Amino acid sequence: MKFFENEIVAEFFEDKLAVAGVFIFIFFTFCALFPSLLSPQNPYDLEQLFLENSFKSPFGEFLLGADEQGRDILSAIMYGLRISLYVGIASTILSVFIGLIAGLVSGYFGGIIDTIIMRIADIQLSFPAILVALIIMALWGQGVTKIVIAITIVNWVYYARTARGVVLSEKEKDYAQSAKALGMNSVSIMVKEILPNIMAPIIVIATVRIANAIILEATLSFLGLGVPITEPSLGSLISNGYQVLFSGYWWGSVFPGVVLMLLVISINLIGDRLRDVMNPRLKR
Amino acid sequence: MSEMLRVKNLKTHFDTRKGLVKAVDDISFSINKGEILGIVGESGAGKSITGFSLINLIDSPGEIVDGSILFNDRDLAHLSEDELSRIRGGEISMIFQDPQMSLNPVITIGKQLIETVTYHNPETSKQDAYKKAVEMLELVGMPAPEKRMASYPHQLSGGMKQRVVIAMALINSPKLLIADEPTTALDVTIQAQILFLMKKLTQEFGSSLILITHDIAVVAQMCDKIAVMYAGRIVEYGSNKDVLYNPKHPYTKGLIQCLPRLNEEKARLYQIPGVMPSLLALPVGCYFSDRCPYADEECKVYPETITLEGRLVSCHKVK
Repeated sequence: MKFFENEIVAEFFEDKLAVAGVFIFIFFTFCALFPSLLSPQNPYDLEQLFLENSFKSPFGEFLLGADEQGRDILSAIMYGLRISLYVGIASTILSVFIGLIAGLVSGYFGGIIDTIIMRIADIQLSFPAILVALIIMALWGQGVTKIVIAITIVNWVYYARTARGVVLSEKEKDYAQSAKALGMNSVSIMVKEILPNIMAPIIVIATVRIANAIILEATLSFLGLGVPITEPSLGSLISNGYQVLFSGYWWGSVFPGVVLMLLVISINLIGDRLRDVMNPRLKR
Repeated sequence: MSEMLRVKNLKTHFDTRKGLVKAVDDISFSINKGEILGIVGESGAGKSITGFSLINLIDSPGEIVDGSILFNDRDLAHLSEDELSRIRGGEISMIFQDPQMSLNPVITIGKQLIETVTYHNPETSKQDAYKKAVEMLELVGMPAPEKRMASYPHQLSGGMKQRVVIAMALINSPKLLIADEPTTALDVTIQAQILFLMKKLTQEFGSSLILITHDIAVVAQMCDKIAVMYAGRIVEYGSNKDVLYNPKHPYTKGLIQCLPRLNEEKARLYQIPGVMPSLLALPVGCYFSDRCPYADEECKVYPETITLEGRLVSCHKVK
C-alpha cells in the first residue's frame, strides 16, 4: 500500500506504543460511529429501560453495570463517546482553521494587526481555559453546538500563537522572498508557500489539543454546564455516577472515567509520536 | 541596440535606529537588450540592495527615496504594488544567492514551476504549464525532467536546485534577469556550468542579465558592461574591456590586483589594506580615501563623476 510506503507513516508505525494508541483510538472511533451495532441497549430508548435493573452490578447481566434507571453503562458509554469525540474533533478543526488564519495574518503582516490579534490571545491566555469556557457556557446555556464553539474560542489561541511563530521565521526565508520576486501577492505567498511549511507543528498540536478539548468538554459537562442531559457525553456520565459514587454504586462513574482516560491517552500517544516523526531535527 | 532599463540617480536608504544608512546612494546605469551587466564590489557595497531596488522589493525600514528606474517607459520606483507584482516574475525575474533556500522545501519542484507559469498567465491550462515546465527543466540540463517534476528540493543536489531556480526564473521569458550571486553557494566546477548555462539561455531568450557578484573573474568571463560599487556608490562604470584591462579607479585596480595570477611568482596575494567603512560612519569626502594609496587633501571632497576613455569614474586622481 502506498500509504505505508510514505517515510513519515512508516516511521510512525515503528513505535509500538503509538501503534497501540492508534488501535485504541480506532476502536473508540468505531464504537462512537456505530453504537447501535455494538451496544446491547439503546440508552435513549425509554422502552428498553426497566427500573427493576436499577443499579445492577457489573460483570453480570450488564457487563459494566446499570445506573439508577436501569440503563446499561456500556451502551451509555458508547453513545457518550460519540458526543465526546464529536465535540473534540469538531472544535479542533474549527479552532485550527481560525487559529491558522489569525496566526498567518498576524505573523505575515505584523504591525497593528499583529498587535491586536496577539493581545487578544494574551488576554485570553491569562484566564484559565476552564474559566473562559465556563463564562461562555453560562452566558449561552447548554447545547452540543454551543460547547463546540466555546471550546473553539478557548483553543484557537494555541494554534494562532504557534502559526505566528513559525510564519515569522518562514517569511524571512529566501523561498518566500523569491516568491515575492516572482510576483506573487501576499495572499498567495501565505497560502501557497508558507502554509504548507507550518502544517507539521500545527498537526502535532492539534492531536494533543483534541485530547484537551475532550477533557474540557467532560469537565464542563461534569459541572453541569456542558451537553444537555438528554445527550449524555462521557463527562455527564461521570457526573451522573458521581452522585451515587459513595453509596457503593461505583461503576456509574468509574467506567466512563476509564474510557475517557484511555481515549485521552491514546490520542496523546499518537500526538507524541507524530511530534517525533514530523520534527526534522529528531530525524536519524 | 535598444535600451531596456535605465536607472537614474537611484537612492535606497534605510532609516535605522542607529542612523540613516545610504545602502544605495545615487547610482545610475543602463542596460541594453541582450546585454549582460556585472555589478561587482565587496560584501556590503550595496550590490544586492541595488538588485532588490530594481524590482522595488525593499522591506521597511528601507525605501527608495529618490531616482527613477525606467523599464520600457515605466518607472518601477513609482509603480503601484499591483503593477509591480505583474512585472516581477513576468518581465523581470530574480535569482537568489542560495538555491537551497529559494525553493519551497515542502512543495515539489514541478508544482512550483507550474505555479510560476499559471500565476502570471492564468489562462494557461494545467497541461500546457506542465509541458512548459518539463521543457524548461530540459533546457537547463536537468536529466530525466519528467521524473524530476515530482521531486522535492531536498532530493536534488545544489547544482540541480540552482538549475531549477534558473528554470523558474526564465519560464515566463523575462526581458530582464537579475542574478544575485547565483553561484556563490556552488562549487567551482558547477559554477562554470551554471554561468555558461545562464549566458546561453539569456541569449536564446533575448533577455538582458544583471549579474551581481563579488567575483571579478566571473564578471570578466560573462559581462559586456561592468559597474564597480563601493560603499553604496558606483565608482567606475564602463565596458568590460575598458574597466578590466585598463582600470582607472584605485579601487578597481586594487580588486584586479587581488586576483591570483598563474604566470607570476608571488609569495603573498595582494590585498587592499583596511576594510570597507561602515555605512553609518563613512569617511569625509571620497569613501575610499582612507584605504587609497593615492589619497591626499583633494580627497576630502567626494569626487565628481567624469567620463574618461569611454567609462565613468569618480576619482580626483584620474585625469
